[in-house]
Amino acid sequence: MAGRLKVFIGMAAGVGKTYRMLQEGHIAQDAGRDVAIGYMEPHRRPETSALAEGLEEVPRRRLTYRGTDLEEMDLPALLARAPALALIDELAHTNAPGAEHGKRYEDVRDVLAAGIDVFSTVNVQHLESLNDQVTELTGTRVRETIPDAVLGEADEVVLIDLTPEALIERLRAGKVYPGENIEAALRNFFTVENLLALREVALRQVAQEVEAKRLVIEEPLGTREERVAAGVSKAVGERLLALVRPQPSSQRLVRRAWRSAQRLGTDLDLLWVKPPNQLIEGEVERQVIALRHLASVLGATFLIEESDSLVDGAAQVVRDRGTTYIMVGESLPPRGLARLREPLPQRLMRATPPGVDVRIVAHRGGNDGGSK
Amino acid sequence: MNVERVLIVAALFAGLAGGYLLARPRLRGRRSERPQAIHQILLPFTGTAISRRAVDAALRLARAEDATLMPAYLATVPKRLPLDCAIPAEAAKAMSMLEAIEQRATAQGVSVDSRIERGRSSRHALARLLARETFDRVVVPAAAGAGAELSGDDLAWLLEKAPAEVLILRPGPEDRRLVTSEPASSGVPG
Repeated sequence: MAGRLKVFIGMAAGVGKTYRMLQEGHIAQDAGRDVAIGYMEPHRRPETSALAEGLEEVPRRRLTYRGTDLEEMDLPALLARAPALALIDELAHTNAPGAEHGKRYEDVRDVLAAGIDVFSTVNVQHLESLNDQVTELTGTRVRETIPDAVLGEADEVVLIDLTPEALIERLRAGKVYPGENIEAALRNFFTVENLLALREVALRQVAQEVEAKRLVIEEPLGTREERVAAGVSKAVGERLLALVRPQPSSQRLVRRAWRSAQRLGTDLDLLWVKPPNQLIEGEVERQVIALRHLASVLGATFLIEESDSLVDGAAQVVRDRGTTYIMVGESLPPRGLARLREPLPQRLMRATPPGVDVRIVAHRGGNDGGSK
Repeated sequence: MNVERVLIVAALFAGLAGGYLLARPRLRGRRSERPQAIHQILLPFTGTAISRRAVDAALRLARAEDATLMPAYLATVPKRLPLDCAIPAEAAKAMSMLEAIEQRATAQGVSVDSRIERGRSSRHALARLLARETFDRVVVPAAAGAGAELSGDDLAWLLEKAPAEVLILRPGPEDRRLVTSEPASSGVPG
C-alpha cells in the first residue's frame, strides 16, 4: 500500500514550514511511529537545527558535479532504512546530476510507492501554474517548480500562515536569513506588498485544493451540474481554458473567457495549439506577444502547446491543468471535405475527461475569420 | 473532322480547368504568405468614456485606408504594485470600453485589434505602447474637460515622440457625445 503524503505549504521562506514538519515528526515519534529525516534544509537557522535533534537523519550522500561536491538526499539509503514516516524538506528541489531522478518530488514518489509516509514542504511560488503569477506580483522568478499535480497527489495540505508583518519581524530578527542577507531581502522580495499578494495566492491555492478534494469525495452524490443546480457546492474548483489563435479575433474570446472566470472566481488559461511546422515570426509573433501581454494584464496564463491536432493538444492541456470549462471561438462554415468532419465542440468533448463543459463564443465577424 | 476539333478543344479546356483547380490552393497559400504592410491607427484612451467624435474619426480613417483600428486602454498601475502585475479592476473597465468600440467598428466593417497597456501614468503607458507596436496614425481627442483624456502636456509629448502622424481632434460641442460601456438609455448623452 502506498504511503500518505502531507505537504506543508507557505507563502515564502521563513514562515516555519520546516519547523512545523519537524514538530509533527516529533509528535509522530512520541506516539510510537518510526520516523527518520530523509533530507532537511536547516538554512542556517539555529532553532530549526535544534528541533531536528532527537530525530534520526539518514546520512546524505555526496555527488560531484563539475568538480563541486553537492549534498543530496540518499534515496537508496532511505528506501533501505524504510521508516514508517520520512521527513523530506524542499519538495521542489532540483537534484544534482547523478541522482536517481531530476527532481526531489520524483524521489518522494518512490518513497511513497515503497509504502513510506512522507511529510514535505514547498513554497507557493514553486507551483508551476502560479509561477508566472507570482513573478508578476513580486518581480522575482523562481526556477525550481513542481507540477500542480504533485500537490494534488497529497493526502493532506497544511498551510503555514503568517502575517507579512510577523514574517518581516522574523526576518529582521535574523530568524530567516543570516545577517548579511537581511537588508537585501527586505529591499527586494520581503516587502509587505509582495507578501500580502503571496499570502493571498497561498490561501487561495489551499482553498482550491480542499475544494477539489471535497468535490472528488462528493462525486458519487450526483453530477457537477446537479450539485450546482441544487446549490450544494459553489464552483470553486473550476478552471477555465480558452482556445485562442494568434489573431485579433481571439481578443474577444479572451474577454468573454475572462469575464466568466471572474464570475466563477477561478483561474483562466489561454491556450494556442501551435502546428509543429508553424513559425512564430512576423504577424504571428506580434499577435503571440499581444496575447501574452493581455494574459499578464488579466492575471491569466498563456500556454502554447505544439501538436498536429487541435483537439489532441487541447485535451492534453485539459488533463494536465485540471480544466473543467473550455471556451472556443465560433468556427467558420466548413468547406470541402471538412463538412464531413464532426464539429470541434463535439470532438473536444469526446477527447476530454467526462464533465468538461465546452462553450462557443460567437464571432462578431469582419476581422480575420473564426477562431477555429 | 469537326468532331475531332471539338474534342481537342474540350480536352484542352478540361486540362486547363483541372490545372487551375489543382493549382488554386497553392496560389492561395502563396498569396496569404506574402508579407502584409501594417496599416494601423491607434486610438489611445483612458477612463470609462471616450469622445464619440474621436472614435468615429478613427473609424472613418480606418475604413477609408483599409486599416486596422487599435483602440488602446492606458491603465495606470500604482507605484506600490509591480508594473507588470495583473490589474483586474482596470482590466474590467478596459474590457467594457473595448467591447463598445469594437461593436461600433464591426458595424462599420472595420477590423479591430485591441490592447491594454500598463504604465505608471497615462503617458508612460502610451510610451510603452509606442515602443511595442507600429502605427501609421494616432487619433486622439484634445482635452475637453471630461477629465479622462490625455492632458495638454501629454498631447505635446505625443506630437514630439510618436513615430507616426498624430491627429488631435479639436474639442467641439459634439464631444459631449461619448462612447461608453454603459447602455445609451442610462442617461449618457448622445
